[in-house]
Amino acid sequence: MNFGESFRIALRALSANKTRSLLTMLGVIIGVAAVILLVGIGTGVQDEVTGSLEGLGSNLLFVIPGQYNMGMDSGGPPSRYFTLDDVDTLQRRVENAAAVVPVMQASATIKAGNRSMRVVVAAATEQGAEVFSNEVAGGRHYRKGEVQAASRVVGLGYTVAQELFPNQDPVGQQVTINGQRFSVIGYYASLGGGMAGDRDVQVYMPVTTAQKLFGMTDLSMIVVKAADPDEIDVVRREIKRALLPTFGDEFTVFSQEQTLGILADLLGMLTYMLAGIAGISLMVGGIGIMNIMLVSVSERTREIGIRKAVGARTYDILSQFVIEAVALSVLGGVLGIAVGWGGATLIGRLTPVPTNVTPWAVAMSFFFAFGVGVFFGVYPAWKASQLDPIEALRYE
Amino acid sequence: MSDHPMRRAVLETSDVTKKYRLEDVEVNALRGVSVRIREGEMVSIMGPSGSGKSTLMHIVGLLDRPTTGEVVLEREDVSRLSPNALAELRNRHIGFVFQAFNLLPRTSALANVELPLIYGGAGGAERTRRAREALERVGLGDRLGHFSSQLSGGQQQRVAIARALVNDPSIVLADEPTGNLDSRSGVEIMATLQELHKQGITVILVTHDDRIARHAERIIHVLDGRVKADVQVTKRVCAEDELAQAADVDAGE
Repeated sequence: MNFGESFRIALRALSANKTRSLLTMLGVIIGVAAVILLVGIGTGVQDEVTGSLEGLGSNLLFVIPGQYNMGMDSGGPPSRYFTLDDVDTLQRRVENAAAVVPVMQASATIKAGNRSMRVVVAAATEQGAEVFSNEVAGGRHYRKGEVQAASRVVGLGYTVAQELFPNQDPVGQQVTINGQRFSVIGYYASLGGGMAGDRDVQVYMPVTTAQKLFGMTDLSMIVVKAADPDEIDVVRREIKRALLPTFGDEFTVFSQEQTLGILADLLGMLTYMLAGIAGISLMVGGIGIMNIMLVSVSERTREIGIRKAVGARTYDILSQFVIEAVALSVLGGVLGIAVGWGGATLIGRLTPVPTNVTPWAVAMSFFFAFGVGVFFGVYPAWKASQLDPIEALRYE
Repeated sequence: MSDHPMRRAVLETSDVTKKYRLEDVEVNALRGVSVRIREGEMVSIMGPSGSGKSTLMHIVGLLDRPTTGEVVLEREDVSRLSPNALAELRNRHIGFVFQAFNLLPRTSALANVELPLIYGGAGGAERTRRAREALERVGLGDRLGHFSSQLSGGQQQRVAIARALVNDPSIVLADEPTGNLDSRSGVEIMATLQELHKQGITVILVTHDDRIARHAERIIHVLDGRVKADVQVTKRVCAEDELAQAADVDAGE
């Protein structure tokens, strides 16, 4: 008996029990759809984050306190943070730097009239625009004098401006941040949706102002811009040499590429984790197939007896039932891919969450569904193939 | 009523025994059975339940292997073959007709008859042609697409006979073929089997019913796992005559 025959017999058996076949497939459909959808979201987010970070330019170096090991556990918080003194040190000692920018980030509550929201304060010097790569949509950025004077001026991210001052120009308005009054000097264009949407709920102010506002001198990081992108390794060495006397090895210098690599690794890991969780539901679907195949085998004992009596060999019965199980899982897999893909497309269109269904994810889930069918189909099929024809024919 | 000495043996058992365990009790189902079935014969194997008749039928039908002794089919010793080898021999040499018909449910008459051909490896058009011919041979040429549930008991048993014939087997093995039928349908089935025998097909009837058994030329009586008697039938029942008589009675009323 050839494969085509087995396949036709299997399809006929499945269509004889349509409701049952469909319900059994549902397990696989949900599993595969979940894999496609979650991996689609994971990949989409990863693409977006990578894309938005690539916009920052490749001549920036990020200096952060503490020892980081490529996204792995840092072994607790850093023992010592950077201050503006360290920025001075770097400005003096790193010759190939075009700019050395202290960055401080902290969350705060901003109020305007009766509206208020939680925002992230991103503070730097007048060169901060180079780091945050934000574009002024109205008003202006803070100036060097305001940094030196620690003036209470603030630039609003796109969402913040929209929320606090709907349908009016925020420039020149007064806001309260953590209870202190600030003048709005500008607002910024949207940095895009998705994950980067977070950056639209930031507000920007001089680092000196932020130090007073939060009552601390610790910086989140220092960003160094190399004068020449080709000199970035020279700059890195200069930074290390400059900070060594005070910090030892208790700091880390990341380049843009390394940051991207770490983020991509993290998001990739997250995607695999999502795929794994979805894969578990696919396994559960496989158990459903095994269960229904066992029921089917015992219901069709007499049929198996008849087939054996007229000449079916062990292999014929085995392949018939394995193909039946595989047909269930593959059909469920194809439907699941359709559902998952459709769902991912809808989410991509209707929500800010980006999705990207790759051919790789589709192929993987298809073959995984196929494998689930074989794995969970073999045992019931083997049981069927081992039936004694005499016993099977007697079975009521 | 000759012993057909010129005809060669299709199947021969020599000193076959069969023991099996049934819930820790050892059953000696067969205790040394030697029978010879010749080509073109119509033989009944007869005995009450528990006589070993069914076990003998399973061994003759290659569904089972003897514990000791030899079974020779078409000059080949088949007593020690693997289940898969036996399946292939059944496919080529044995056609089964069961008491309960044993057709596949939700399957057309044609597809049921094609079943042995599928496992025999016959493909597409040839398979359909042979299955149709077999159904025409048992008078069901107009019922090819009917499901078993749409056929009467007698018709279902005819489909089963067509299935048994379709591979040109050496032996048609009929196990109580009339057991689930009303008497009229039963007689018709016996007429069909006798007609096939007339056409030269070897038929083995397994039954506990003396009257059914006497449709054959020869009866092997089995009792307590042994052949008690192996006799030629002196007053053979002709199913065609029975049908004619029944028709006369109907006409006379």
